[in-house]
Amino acid sequence: MDFEPSDDQRLLVESVTRLLNDTYSFAQRKSYMALPQGYSPEMWGKFAELGLLGLPFAEEYGGFGGGAQEIMLVMQAFGRVLVLEPYLPTVVLCGTAIDAVGTAEQKRTLLTAIAEGSLKMSFAHGERQARYDLNDVVTTAKKSGSGWVLDGSKTVVSHGEAADKIIVSARTSGDRYDEDGITLFIVDANAAGVARRGYLSRDDTRAADLSLSNVSVPADAVLGEVGKGFAVIKRVVEAGIAATAAETVGAMEAMNEMTLEYSKTRVQFGSPISSYQVVQHRMSDMFITQEQGRSMAMLATIAFENPDEAERERDMAMAKVGIGQAGRYVSQSAVQMHGGIGMTEEYAVGHYFRRCMVIERLWGDPAYYLDKLAAEVA
Amino acid sequence: MDLRFTPEEAAFRQEVRDFIKSALPADIRDRMKLGHAPRKEDTVRWQRILNQKGWATYSWPKEHGGPGWSAIQRMIFLEENLMAPAPELLSFNITMLGPVLIQFGTDAQKSRFLPRLANLDDWFCQGFSEPGAGSDLASLKTAAKLDGDHYVVNGSKIWTSTAHNADWCFLLVRTDPNARKRQEGISFLLVDMKTPGITVRPIISIDGSHHLNEVFFDDVKVPVNMRVHQENKGWDVAKFLLGNERTGIARLGKSKERLRAAVDMAKQVNQNGRPLINDQTFRQRVAQLEVDIKALEITQYRVVSAYDKAKGAGKPDPLSSVLKVRGSELQQYTTELTVDVAGPMATPIWAQELAALNEPDDMLEAASAGTGSYLFLRAASIYGGTNEIQKNILTKAVLGL
Repeated sequence: MDFEPSDDQRLLVESVTRLLNDTYSFAQRKSYMALPQGYSPEMWGKFAELGLLGLPFAEEYGGFGGGAQEIMLVMQAFGRVLVLEPYLPTVVLCGTAIDAVGTAEQKRTLLTAIAEGSLKMSFAHGERQARYDLNDVVTTAKKSGSGWVLDGSKTVVSHGEAADKIIVSARTSGDRYDEDGITLFIVDANAAGVARRGYLSRDDTRAADLSLSNVSVPADAVLGEVGKGFAVIKRVVEAGIAATAAETVGAMEAMNEMTLEYSKTRVQFGSPISSYQVVQHRMSDMFITQEQGRSMAMLATIAFENPDEAERERDMAMAKVGIGQAGRYVSQSAVQMHGGIGMTEEYAVGHYFRRCMVIERLWGDPAYYLDKLAAEVA
Repeated sequence: MDLRFTPEEAAFRQEVRDFIKSALPADIRDRMKLGHAPRKEDTVRWQRILNQKGWATYSWPKEHGGPGWSAIQRMIFLEENLMAPAPELLSFNITMLGPVLIQFGTDAQKSRFLPRLANLDDWFCQGFSEPGAGSDLASLKTAAKLDGDHYVVNGSKIWTSTAHNADWCFLLVRTDPNARKRQEGISFLLVDMKTPGITVRPIISIDGSHHLNEVFFDDVKVPVNMRVHQENKGWDVAKFLLGNERTGIARLGKSKERLRAAVDMAKQVNQNGRPLINDQTFRQRVAQLEVDIKALEITQYRVVSAYDKAKGAGKPDPLSSVLKVRGSELQQYTTELTVDVAGPMATPIWAQELAALNEPDDMLEAASAGTGSYLFLRAASIYGGTNEIQKNILTKAVLGL
């Protein structure tokens, strides 16, 4: 066991951090938010130049052959500045799905395009009625000639408007809750019958509801095996849990640093509030929680590469509970320690708070996973 | 980064587990499984078995009889020992005084005491806290005056765990009441508990057990050659002792074992007409504790593996305070759960009278012992630097305030 990053990993973190230090101050971030896309296409290009967009892909697809650990390090750095660009949906979620079950041709065209920065993707799985249940899919795909026709709707698709292509899950057989019979399709975002209704999410990024009516896709739009999409979706979610756990760690670090700085400058009753033990102990608790959360993000990263499915699912669930609770505690405390200024839109801490809140409910909140763990107590 | 155990580490765990399983006397294991604290003779017997194997000195350098394990191996050993469940090694001997003597002791002190510490031929207790010096240790007042070839000690110590079992005591005393700083007038002495003038008064703790004591020193003569390190430099020794590697401080094996015990008991008691194990609220509590234990386990791996990387050098890891705070809380939450599972059975005290009334009744005995453990472990967040002190340490070490 060895928790030290390798030299290569250290270099990766350094170069990402250097880039973000130059380009991602809170004021700069605000200017990216104001752009039509809600993020900076220029930054996307810089991520491509740095090799971040192909980080987890094989070299033959323009990638760097990195793994879960590299994603963890990058996401942690992203979390520190609340990166707005569609890295999670494109590289982590869709990248994982294509990498896992794509045909050689799909990998060659799609992964290469992602790595060079010319393709942005979204993963459209969640449906309004499903809440967190991954198997609850009512969007349908019916065979039509050699291709398929999709009908239904998807909700809160992260960066759905910005995506050039969207991976859509649809039921090709079975009933509403069946794990079997779910198939993944790669759909052109501009295909006839695809309507996207975009909106701002609480974390300052854009999301969209997707409606699909009579959308025709060719046979080679199928990603993976027909009817066997559920396992892929679970894999994608595992990648997402590990990545957002790391992002939460970065966000917690930033909030704790901000809180400490603020406590040293904010004078009340004649002294900086950092001199009061009640404030010191709260900040110590925030540090303890951050470190416990970091351990959980590491657990998710370890688990992602564990071939034992039962163990992997259990560790992922534990990590999801732990990181969600940690992010909630630190962000609530950070706002509290800042007092009134922490409540304002103009100040950064509230934006971290809201990103943690959004992450907490991606693919299931702590209560949801605690339920799963509770079911296994024996 | 390699976030998994190596095959060698996994094999080591298996080796330790197998040995403990085969070597731990059944009567000791059975008592501990019921949740009882080990008796003095249990601790002695088990430490001698481990010493025979060369493992009692698990944390000592090889040249002083240690097995030469890495910090990760030490952690694995401690965890397996707690989960067995087996009595813990006497920490006063093994993790406290042994390393102190290796670092500061004279050759005569080392050759006299080290083998006896390892084999528990001498049971040591720790004379640090005083009625007026708890978390603020440096304010201690017990005085030692040099008189020829010995010191004369007067004063009193409190919260002295196992003083009534002890053959010896390592003691912090004030040798220079006029020192510029209070930390500068302190010395570290080894005192034979049979020396005239020592009185041990039991303090019965809220679990009903006799573990703690008050110790009074009334003109107690201590030979000068029983002073460790220089006169008035005892604070350095104390700091070394307290800052020593604290791999075992989270006692995660204990929390895991207690959680296991709670789940097992929940299978045997009914609530609302069905086994408590089926109750959703109970299951959620267990799941939450499993999550919290897991998080601390990884944090512990991080501390331990950083220690190995740094080859043991470097300053104390502030994460040690995280281990202490969260580790003590988890011991408290898990034993709290056993009490809640036991329900009304948590209230009777398993003593002679009840034992006589009930034929062997493991359930009641386990419930009662588990409650004792819960009550005693309220101290976990008090001893070894209260959790509030740990947060003061973090405030300084991490926040830089």
